[in-house]
Amino acid sequence: MSGHADPGLPFWRKYIFSTDHKVIGVQYAVTGLLFLLFGFGLATLIRWQLAYPGQPLPLIGGWFAESQMLGGIMLPEFYYQLGAMHGTIMVFLGVVPLAVGGFGNFVLPLQIGAPDMAFPKLNLMSYWLYFIGGVIMFASFFVPGGAAQSGWTSYPPLSVIASDGQTWWLIGMAFLINSSLLGSVNFIVTIVQLRADGLSFGRLPFFVWAQFVTAFLLLLAFPPLEAAAVLQLMDRLAHTSFFMPSGLVINDAVVNISGGGNAVLWQHLFWFLAHPEVYVLVLPAMGIVAEVIACNTRKPLYSYKGLVLSAVFIGFMSFIVWAHHMFLTNMGTVMSTFFQVTTMIISIPSVVILTVLVLSLWGGAIRFNTPMLFAIAFLPMFGMGGLTGLPLGLAASDIHLHDTYYVIGHFHYVVAPGTIFALFAGIYHWFPKVTGRRMSETLGKIHFVPSFILMNCIFFPMLMQGLAGVLRRMYDPLQYAHAQAAQPLNVFASAAAWLLALAQIPFILNFFGSLFWGRKTGENPWEATTLEWAAPSPPPHGNFLEAPHVYRGPYEYSPPQAKSGFWPQHVKDPR
Amino acid sequence: MSESASSIRYINRPHPVTGVTNAKLGIWCFLASEVMLFGALFSTYLLLRTGSASWPHGPATLNVPLATLNTLVLIFSSVTMVMSWASLATGNFRKYRLYLGLTALMGCVFLVVKGFEYGHKFEHHHFPAASTFYAIYFTLTGLHGLHVIGGIAVNLYFLFRGRVLWQRDPERLTNRIECAGLYWHFVDLVWIFLFPILYLL
Amino acid sequence: MSGHLSEEAVKQHVRIYRRVFLALGALTVLTVAVSYFHFSVAVAVAVALFIAVTKGSLVAAYFMHLKTERKIVWGILAMTFFFFVFLLTAPSLHHR
Repeated sequence: MSGHADPGLPFWRKYIFSTDHKVIGVQYAVTGLLFLLFGFGLATLIRWQLAYPGQPLPLIGGWFAESQMLGGIMLPEFYYQLGAMHGTIMVFLGVVPLAVGGFGNFVLPLQIGAPDMAFPKLNLMSYWLYFIGGVIMFASFFVPGGAAQSGWTSYPPLSVIASDGQTWWLIGMAFLINSSLLGSVNFIVTIVQLRADGLSFGRLPFFVWAQFVTAFLLLLAFPPLEAAAVLQLMDRLAHTSFFMPSGLVINDAVVNISGGGNAVLWQHLFWFLAHPEVYVLVLPAMGIVAEVIACNTRKPLYSYKGLVLSAVFIGFMSFIVWAHHMFLTNMGTVMSTFFQVTTMIISIPSVVILTVLVLSLWGGAIRFNTPMLFAIAFLPMFGMGGLTGLPLGLAASDIHLHDTYYVIGHFHYVVAPGTIFALFAGIYHWFPKVTGRRMSETLGKIHFVPSFILMNCIFFPMLMQGLAGVLRRMYDPLQYAHAQAAQPLNVFASAAAWLLALAQIPFILNFFGSLFWGRKTGENPWEATTLEWAAPSPPPHGNFLEAPHVYRGPYEYSPPQAKSGFWPQHVKDPR
Repeated sequence: MSESASSIRYINRPHPVTGVTNAKLGIWCFLASEVMLFGALFSTYLLLRTGSASWPHGPATLNVPLATLNTLVLIFSSVTMVMSWASLATGNFRKYRLYLGLTALMGCVFLVVKGFEYGHKFEHHHFPAASTFYAIYFTLTGLHGLHVIGGIAVNLYFLFRGRVLWQRDPERLTNRIECAGLYWHFVDLVWIFLFPILYLL
Repeated sequence: MSGHLSEEAVKQHVRIYRRVFLALGALTVLTVAVSYFHFSVAVAVAVALFIAVTKGSLVAAYFMHLKTERKIVWGILAMTFFFFVFLLTAPSLHHR
């Protein structure tokens, strides 16, 4: 199915413990997709409780343990496990491994003309650390007390006194963070050192730039969360008081700890990672969209420099905006002003990228194939997500919107019909390169249309609910009178979510069916210019028969002199 | 090692523009991440100390003579580490083993002294849970100590596998020792800051 | 042979290492000695950090060969240092 490893290796070294970036990329992608599916499943359960609170779950209610659903009726503890783990799994086990580990690993060395990553054995370790972290996270559902249930944000003091599942979450995160760190070192060194001759930084496909910036975010932003996880483990296991304030009373009893800690410290360390993390979620997606748009408009992107400078600027700024997640923690005015200003500034390069991509469509000979549909849909969806972020980044409006469904609507717009659509675009676009076969265009369109409509049906109502004051992380949506009025929106969104699950069936059928019965294809079915399309489909071990030399930039589509309508980067004289 | 289209470049020879091998760039990137890791803990220290009404005076609470000894031990081990690289760079394998062995030994001395420090604290019931001072003291020095253990492990690997690696590819071993040295010097660097901050202020 | 340093150059390095070692030892003694003076908090912190930065710079520049590295390594470290400063100070400035 994927790139062939060195002939002569036993099966387990060719496909299980491989050091070939293509095999590892596929491993990341498949594992990531499975976790995305699982995380989506958790969300469908959440949506039942929100639509029909306190009602027994039909058909499958009996599958759950009594500690989760009593008589098929969801217990609050389980609802909070679902919430915390849905977020954790989607972000850390689903989207990033697919976007960075999957697409990054497979495409990056090919796009820069390298035979593999700089450190193949480190790459192998990265994947298996991720896998172990994923197993730990999954297994945490089955420990006494269940999985982590203090939000994916794990705020103390609640997270410190929570059941064992939280300890598993912290240990699982340590594995995931270390996996990510090794991966980011690999990506940075590979891009800096292993570019083919003639491939200057100014000729790199934007996808590579996006992965490059993303790697720096992962490298420098994750360690503080690792430190924080150690501190929270210390609080939980060694009874220290890093995050536990003095005088804490729980269930009418004074907690027997030294005190003197600071719960907001956790928030600083957590968000120091978690804000750059959202750019980790979106930059690779923007990279994919840029590649698909350039290829399917048959013209260069509107402003390569604008895209690159914006991506680099976003990466830099993303480190100094984090406290906009903490406006309601009794923050001083100087701090608050600082973070509002940096947050407003960081919106500018995001708008530049979006504008460049939209302008890239103008005057193009657009091919509306499935990857292009998803790529184009990304643009307004990410636009919605980005615009709804603005009132959250301003402290005055954030007072009303913080911890409401508006926030949930905002970030889901960016990640779900945003990033995940871009990832679908990437799958449809690069499937031929990975497998040597084409996916069905018909099934692709049947996948796209309902997905696009239903994503909006799920998340737009959340924006309305949030503006009406409906709070997030509430087991009982009918608890407050002002939320009761918005309950019909919950039913509507839940129905849309369940239909969205069904809408993924054509994709799953297409994906697996095409593996066996898809039309076979050659090197360059999309007639694209970047280097990965110069290798066979799928590429052999070592990728290129001869080391490619690069002669031009990445998007020379429809140059006047070209006979074939495009100039690949590696062809010396395409006339 | 001959270079074909399918072999990874710049493993032994440095990249013409960046001037470094892949491993050296890689280890510097890793050290950058370690700066952020310890940075978070120093940030924690700063926040906890400035936020507390009273904070123990370092010299009155911790063992300054032992820690000073440990500081000198680590600095000395940094010298022996870089000397082990210099020995390989001039082709002197025996001296490399001597210096590398000394480095690992100094690392163990550091840990033993640390063990005495910790043991003394535990005897007097000064556990991490006792106060935020002890919490951050044990966590900062403990994480640093884990890094020392990691460094000793890496150095012992190169000590025992050294002859095989030297015979197979001397240039590669020299480069790998330089990278191991970068890590070891970093561990020394962290202690250079830890020592005055925890013990002397 | 390292491939990019001559034997003479390495001997030159070794001479520097010895001098740096002595300097580091002296600075260690100095930082301990200074701690016996009862300075105000601000002065004590400033002096301690100044000495530590000096020692650290010697280790980085000479033992870690940073002095002879090119832009890429310096660039990564400069960027890291910038973010490190934010991480170090922001939580403590929360109420400002």
